[in-house]
Amino acid sequence: MSALGHYNYWVTVLLMVAGLYIVIARSNLVKKLIGLSIFQTSVYLLYIAPGKLVGGTPPILAEGFRLYSNPLPHVLILTAIVVGVATLALGLAIVVRIREAYGSIEEDEILEADR
Amino acid sequence: MTLAQLPALVVVVPLVAAPLALLLRRGLAAWAIATAACLFSFAAALLLAGQVAESGAISYALGSWAPPWGIEYRVDALSAFVLVLVSGIAAVVAPFAWRSVAAELPRDQLYLFYTMYCLCVAGLLGMTITGDAFNLFVFMEIASLSSYVLIALGRDRRALLASYQYLVLGTIGATFYVIGVGLLYLMTGTLNIADLAARLPGIAATRPVLAALAFITVGMSLKLALFPLHLWLPNAYAYAPSAVTAFLAATATKVSVYVLLRFYFTVFGVHTVVEVLPMPQILLALSIAAILTASLVAVWQAGLKRLLAYSSVAQIGYITLGIGMASRDGLTGAVVHLFNHGITKGALFLLVGGIALRAGSANFDRLRGLARAMPLTSLGIVIAGLSLIGVPGTAGFVSKWYLVLGAVEAGRWWLAALVVGSSLIAVAYVWRFVEAAYLAEPTAATPGRGEAPFAMLAPAWLLVAACVWFGFDTSFSAESARRAAVLLLGGGAR
Repeated sequence: MSALGHYNYWVTVLLMVAGLYIVIARSNLVKKLIGLSIFQTSVYLLYIAPGKLVGGTPPILAEGFRLYSNPLPHVLILTAIVVGVATLALGLAIVVRIREAYGSIEEDEILEADR
Repeated sequence: MTLAQLPALVVVVPLVAAPLALLLRRGLAAWAIATAACLFSFAAALLLAGQVAESGAISYALGSWAPPWGIEYRVDALSAFVLVLVSGIAAVVAPFAWRSVAAELPRDQLYLFYTMYCLCVAGLLGMTITGDAFNLFVFMEIASLSSYVLIALGRDRRALLASYQYLVLGTIGATFYVIGVGLLYLMTGTLNIADLAARLPGIAATRPVLAALAFITVGMSLKLALFPLHLWLPNAYAYAPSAVTAFLAATATKVSVYVLLRFYFTVFGVHTVVEVLPMPQILLALSIAAILTASLVAVWQAGLKRLLAYSSVAQIGYITLGIGMASRDGLTGAVVHLFNHGITKGALFLLVGGIALRAGSANFDRLRGLARAMPLTSLGIVIAGLSLIGVPGTAGFVSKWYLVLGAVEAGRWWLAALVVGSSLIAVAYVWRFVEAAYLAEPTAATPGRGEAPFAMLAPAWLLVAACVWFGFDTSFSAESARRAAVLLLGGGAR
C-alpha cells in the first residue's frame, strides 16, 4: 500500500530517469532535447502532485471551504514551464544553426566534421 | 528613499536595460545603455557593500510582501562581496566589448549582443542577491539562457556545438537544483532561505533532506564546472566571443560557487554537510583531481584560450578545496579566491581578446615573438599569469596563503604541500606563453607591431592592476572574505 500510495513519485522518477537516459543515449540533437524536456517535465509533477489534497478545494476563504490545496506549487511550476519552453526553443534554434553550419544533426557526424 | 531601494535597483536596472537595448536596434546606443546599466549596478553594489560593512545585513521585501511569504532580497557580507565582483567585472567588460564585439560580430547583431549581455548580468546579480530558493532558480535560468546565446554568437561554428552542450548540461544542472529545492519545500513548506535554515535543523537527517543536499550539490557542481562535471567549460570558453569568455569566466562559475556556499553553510548548516553526509571528503577528492588533471591538460593545449579555460577548471578546484576544508581559514581562502581568480581570469581573457583581434586567433603559432609586437599586452599576461600561479605580491598569493593556512590548521600538511606544489604546474602553463612571446622569434603568423585599441587595453590593464593591488592591500578582499566565512560558519550553527 505504502509503495503504491506514492505512485505519483514513481511516475516522477520514471520520467526523470527516462528523460535523462534519452539525453545520454541518443546522438540525434533533437531527440536529446526531447529527452531534456521529459526530464524537466518530471519536476513539474514532483512539485504539483503533493500540493493536491484528496477532497481539497481551491483556496477560497468562505464558509464551507475547510480543506484546500496548496496553490503555491502551481504558481512555481507555471514559472518552471516558461523556463522549460524557453530552454527548448533556444535549444531547437541552436540545432537549426548547427544544421546550417554542419549539414547534420547527428552528434557523432558533427564531431567527425571538426576533426 | 532611493537608497533604500538599492537592493532592487541593482538587479532591475540591467534587467530593464535589456529590452531597451533591444528596442533601440542601434549598436552604439545599445552599448551605451548596457555600459551605463553595468556602471550603475557596480556603484550600487559598492554602496550596498559599504552599508553592510557598517550596519549589518540588509533585508529587502520585494513589493513590500514580508518574507517568508514574499520574495526577500538579502545582502549580507557574502552576497555583497559577490555582487561587487560580478557588477565590477560587468562594468569593466562592457567598455571593452565595444571594439571587441564589433570586430567579431556582424554589425546588425550588435544590439542583440548587448541585450543578452544585460540579461546575463541581471541574472547573475539576481542569483546573488535573492534570499528565495525558487527565485534563485529563475535568475539562474535567465543568466544561463542568455549565456548560451552569448556563447553561440562565436565566429567559429564549433561555438554552436559548445553552446548546445552547455545548454544540455546547464539545464540538467539547474533541474537538479530545482529538484533539490522541491524536496526541501516538501519537507519544510518554505522557499525563503533564512526560513529554510530555521526549519531544517530538526529534520536535517531525514532522507528527503539528504537527497535534496545531494541533488543541489550535483546540480551546482555542474554549473560551477567541478571536475569531472567540467566538460562543457573548455569548448564554451574557447569558442565564445572574447568579451563573453572574459565575463563568464570571471563571474558565472563564481556565482554558482556562491550558491553552493549558501546552501551548504546557510541552509543545511555545517553539521548536516560535514557530519551526516561526507561532503567535505568528496569535495576534497574532486578538487585535488581537478587541480592536478586540469592543470596538466592545460599545459598541452594548442591555443591560449583553451589553456586558460582548463586552468579555470583547476582554479575552481582551489575554491572547492577551501569549501571542503569547512574551516574559517579554508572558507576565507575559498571566498577570497573566488574574487581573486575572477579578476585574474578576467584580466587574462580580456588581454587574450586583444590578441585575438590583432592576430585573428590566440593559438600558440600566432604568439611567437608577440612581446615585440604587443609589449603591453604580453606584460599584462605575464603579471596576471603570476597571480594565477600565486606569486607573492599578487592577488593569487593571498588566496593560496589562506588555503595553506586552512590546511595547516587542520593538521593536513600534505594538503598544504599539494596547494603549493600544484602551483608548479601553473608555472609550466604560464611559461608556455612566456616562451612563445618573449623567447621565440616572430614568424609570418605573428601580428605586426601595434597594440590592441585603447578601449580594449585599458579595461584589461585595470584588472591587471587590480591583481597587483589586491596582492598588497587585502583590506577589502581578504577582510570581506573573512567576514563572509565567519557569517557562513556562524549562520550554520543555529
